[in-house]
Amino acid sequence: MKNTGKNGDCFHPAAALDYLPSDHLQALQLRRLQSVVQRSYDCVRLTRVRMDAKGLRPEDIRTLDDIRHLPFTVKTDLRDTYPFGMFASPMEEVVRLHSSSGTTGKPIVVAYTQEDLEVWSSVMVRSFVACGVGRNDIIQNAYGYGLFTGGLGAHYGAEALGATVIPISGGNTDRQIMVMKDFGVTVICCTPSYFVHMIERAREMGEDIRRFPLRVGVFGAEPWSHAMRRHIQEESGIRAQDIYGLSEIIGPGVGIECECQAGLHIFEDHFYPEIIDPATGEPCSDGTEGELVLTTLSKKAIPMIRYRTRDITSIEPESCPCGRTIRRIQRICRRSDDMFIIRGINVFPSQIEAALLAVEGTVPHYLIVLTRQKGLDQIEIQVEVTPAVFSDTVGSLEGLQGRIVKTVENILGLSVNVRLVEPHTIERSMGKAKRVLDQRNLNS
Amino acid sequence: MKLHQLSVFLENKRGQLSVPLNLLAVAGIDIRTLSLADTQQFGILRLIVSDWQKAKEILEKEHCVVNVTQVVAIEVPDRPGGLADVVKVIDHAAVDIEYMYAFTFQSGRAALIFRFNEPDAAIKQLQAEGVNVVGSEEFQQRFPD
Repeated sequence: MKNTGKNGDCFHPAAALDYLPSDHLQALQLRRLQSVVQRSYDCVRLTRVRMDAKGLRPEDIRTLDDIRHLPFTVKTDLRDTYPFGMFASPMEEVVRLHSSSGTTGKPIVVAYTQEDLEVWSSVMVRSFVACGVGRNDIIQNAYGYGLFTGGLGAHYGAEALGATVIPISGGNTDRQIMVMKDFGVTVICCTPSYFVHMIERAREMGEDIRRFPLRVGVFGAEPWSHAMRRHIQEESGIRAQDIYGLSEIIGPGVGIECECQAGLHIFEDHFYPEIIDPATGEPCSDGTEGELVLTTLSKKAIPMIRYRTRDITSIEPESCPCGRTIRRIQRICRRSDDMFIIRGINVFPSQIEAALLAVEGTVPHYLIVLTRQKGLDQIEIQVEVTPAVFSDTVGSLEGLQGRIVKTVENILGLSVNVRLVEPHTIERSMGKAKRVLDQRNLNS
Repeated sequence: MKLHQLSVFLENKRGQLSVPLNLLAVAGIDIRTLSLADTQQFGILRLIVSDWQKAKEILEKEHCVVNVTQVVAIEVPDRPGGLADVVKVIDHAAVDIEYMYAFTFQSGRAALIFRFNEPDAAIKQLQAEGVNVVGSEEFQQRFPD
């Protein structure tokens, strides 16, 4: 019997924690916070040195609000202590190591004890359940398996859920589509940009994903816009759910959209969220946008105290119609990491993506190229021409180009060049999409 | 009475024109006539070929963006004023020419390819004025390799 995806159809006991009464939840959070701070102070030199410098002792954490007195942890701390300097558990208790790709410097290492893996699986189970995915589902896991946390994180969660898992990993798109069709896959897990590529490739192969049994996509590992969600849902006929996570905290499964698709519930019994002003580090009130800061309340191998995620979002002040008591953050459409500054203006690729999609018929295969000409920064957006927008007259293509320029300029408030390029000339990603090519240092 | 014209998007870069032309050559598709519209950044290659369906399939398989447009072919005597007479008729019909291109064939005959905003209205008026509008089949027969 096909799972209809209603909440009642796929109840899982693990999801009960999503509905804890708030006072119970807060009591649990405080107990866990006190314990993790004590543990980090005792076992991690960096935490101890920083707390001592502030004259702060673990027993000073008496309420949840006291968390704001604790020092932040930032990404460079993980690099500086590479590879094992942040471990709170001895290696014999560590059962798994993962590592980031290290594209922007030294990689960071993350570690898990057996208990950490169990927590990770449980939050992935709760994530799937929130998406309406149950044990009747066939899950094609196209996140990369290996050092990247996405693949194994989703895999273990899907198995613990009792669903059928296809560990296909990323890449080989033709085989992905064949398996999706032949195996009657109902759920796909991958990056949203890779799924857009799958839709496109399926069409070239004469297939229409709308006719497949596929009904839910669990998409994450990169920021994506509302417009991209609409595009995916329309072009593939599935529900596109956003999953949030980061290796430094645990991997995928830090937060998930429920079926209301109105923000992501954070599994805050394990990951305590705060929003801060990224410039001052001061806490922001609920509903105010700022940088998401997370504290791992139950992690053993590497407890993370007030980790600055660089993701820009806000905490939803209202409770969710789905009934979950764990709080929600707004969908993350931008990261302070992805931001680039051009002629003094902060620009996020997601703003350009939204503009491109607002112009009728433009699908999101694009590349932002930054150059410096005669000391002035230039921004060029390369957009692939599709059959849907191409016609035989120069005027209509120039019209398209003009509309894109105008829409982007309206949003960004700075002038841009748009270059229409042939299809398949922009590199496809099998994982996180690369949207910005910054050539300014080479040219200056 | 209309012909199928293929338009192919090209970036304005060295070597780009070879890509579709080689694909058609390998497939044994004959180009009857063509025109190339260009801007600083991109071009549009417009083709009338021996087998437009097969050509479209081959080009799209190799990721070319192809658009099919209906154009009108007109045969005129190759003499001064031949084109001017035809355009006069079109003006009277109050239809707009989006673009056109021409070639001569045999001796003393020229073919004009028109893209009209309203091709059916144009054909009606042209035929009423005795202009020879060449249909698809006739075109393929009369404009030899």
